[in-house]
Amino acid sequence: MSTELAVRARGLRKRYRAVTAVDGIDLDIGCGEVFALLGPNGAGKTTTVEILEGYRRRDGGDVSVLGADPQMAGRRWRARIGIVPQLAAEGPELTVREMVRHFASLYPRPRDPDDVIDLAGLTGKADSRVHQLSGGQNRRLDVALGIVGNPELLFLDEPTTGFDPQARRQFWDLIRRLAADSTTILLTTHYLEEAEALANRIAVISNGRIVASGDPATLGGRATARARVSWLGSGGVQTVHTSTPTKVVTALAEQLAGEVPGLTVTRPTLEDVYLGLIGEAP
Amino acid sequence: MTAQPATRAMPAAAAERVALPSAWRTGLARSALEIRIFFREKEALAFIFALPAVLLVLLGSIFGSQVATRGVTVGELFAAGLIGGGIVATSFQYLGIGIATERDRGLLKRLYGTPMPRTAYFVGKIIQVLAVTAAEVAVLIAVGMVFYHLRLPSSPERWWTFGWVFILGTTASSLLGIAASSLARSARSATPVITMPFVVLQFISGVYVPFVSVPPWLQHVAAFFPLKWICQGLRSVFLPAQAVVLEPAHSFELARVALVLGAWIAAGLVLCLTTFRWQRRGER
Repeated sequence: MSTELAVRARGLRKRYRAVTAVDGIDLDIGCGEVFALLGPNGAGKTTTVEILEGYRRRDGGDVSVLGADPQMAGRRWRARIGIVPQLAAEGPELTVREMVRHFASLYPRPRDPDDVIDLAGLTGKADSRVHQLSGGQNRRLDVALGIVGNPELLFLDEPTTGFDPQARRQFWDLIRRLAADSTTILLTTHYLEEAEALANRIAVISNGRIVASGDPATLGGRATARARVSWLGSGGVQTVHTSTPTKVVTALAEQLAGEVPGLTVTRPTLEDVYLGLIGEAP
Repeated sequence: MTAQPATRAMPAAAAERVALPSAWRTGLARSALEIRIFFREKEALAFIFALPAVLLVLLGSIFGSQVATRGVTVGELFAAGLIGGGIVATSFQYLGIGIATERDRGLLKRLYGTPMPRTAYFVGKIIQVLAVTAAEVAVLIAVGMVFYHLRLPSSPERWWTFGWVFILGTTASSLLGIAASSLARSARSATPVITMPFVVLQFISGVYVPFVSVPPWLQHVAAFFPLKWICQGLRSVFLPAQAVVLEPAHSFELARVALVLGAWIAAGLVLCLTTFRWQRRGER
């Protein structure tokens, strides 16, 4: 089966006066994939995503999103993507249902508005005015508006910033359901656990560059990184950093003729890898 | 899970067959929504819709029974003037503040991200403004008739003048409102940025003060902007013929009214096309 690309970017660049926000980014996101762009605030995540969404003009590089250049793409292309922007739109004097219905009417083959309201967990609030919603409900409405057009590709820009842990879990379930429906999702986040929980693939972005990408288990050479082997030796805890921990443990076992006291073998956690990648290693 | 091509995506040919909603249909749907929003916004209702009628009652009660010239009361002058002020309030002022707010709150950006035809947004606004402005004018005429013996246009010619002054005036003010919305940096600053020049113009264009009482140099300033010409056209519609002696030009200059409003429509359209932004300032 050929792997169609939903998003392809090469050498993407964007400057704001003296500041280079995006400094040569390459991206390949396959159809059906959940891809997380992970990085600290100000790393260039939103700029990158807004270029892919057609909101911003790039200064350099090639971009193809669903086969079109976002800068030139028209209404048919817009009908195939869904956008959940970073800032929640403060609603006008409309109810949740009126708003979702109206957005549905803008698309050629929308999802059923009431189904979408249900999917977003807003059924009980369908007839409430938008400005009466709580922060989390407002964000779920943002998602409802982003998916009501039945998009093939969904952009989620920091969808859960400011959520409490329970609201975040509920939100993740919603995203998983969309992914199961084979929607391609590009998600930006500065929460490591969010990227790990949702994404098939993660790219870590720092200072406008991708510093690592891969699946969560192997990101940043995590699987092959030097492990730390430590044990209780004669003079206290002994530690060895090695890329061949199995060999070290076997040698230890032979040397001590049996059980190695206090043996631990640790790989760097995703957090260690991430902090190392964005230059904040402890 | 491995990357799979989207199975749900329709073949391109099938997708092409599903028609996108038309600009006109979407525009009509938006106008219905916009009208509903207008009448749900308490601020807009009080500050934009009701204020001209309240001021008409107030100004008319204080000065209304004075005689401006034989057969014309100051109350009638105020009624004609505030109809003009009302037209500009529900078009220029409401659009200027409303669009600046929608832009600042990210609503415009959000719509831009959908396949909504760009023109549908403006069709929705135009129909909303025409409907609300018609209602505004009807209320002001009713107040004028009840309190100040304002007469409905007395001849077909006057109705015709009323019709084109209303349409040209509303169109010019709407376009300038859309253009002016880009001057405000935020929703908070929109109200002063839009309202301040509008209030000043109302004082010098014959809305709050009879135009004949405005000092000549301010009359010349006012003559540059549409409001003065809208009010002048409306005086020719609603006042008895002898009121023409109160006009500085000793004529209602209807041809010039049409010319100036037409010129502002052209200028407003150019300004809208060149300055309209779907995003906040600096986001591009």
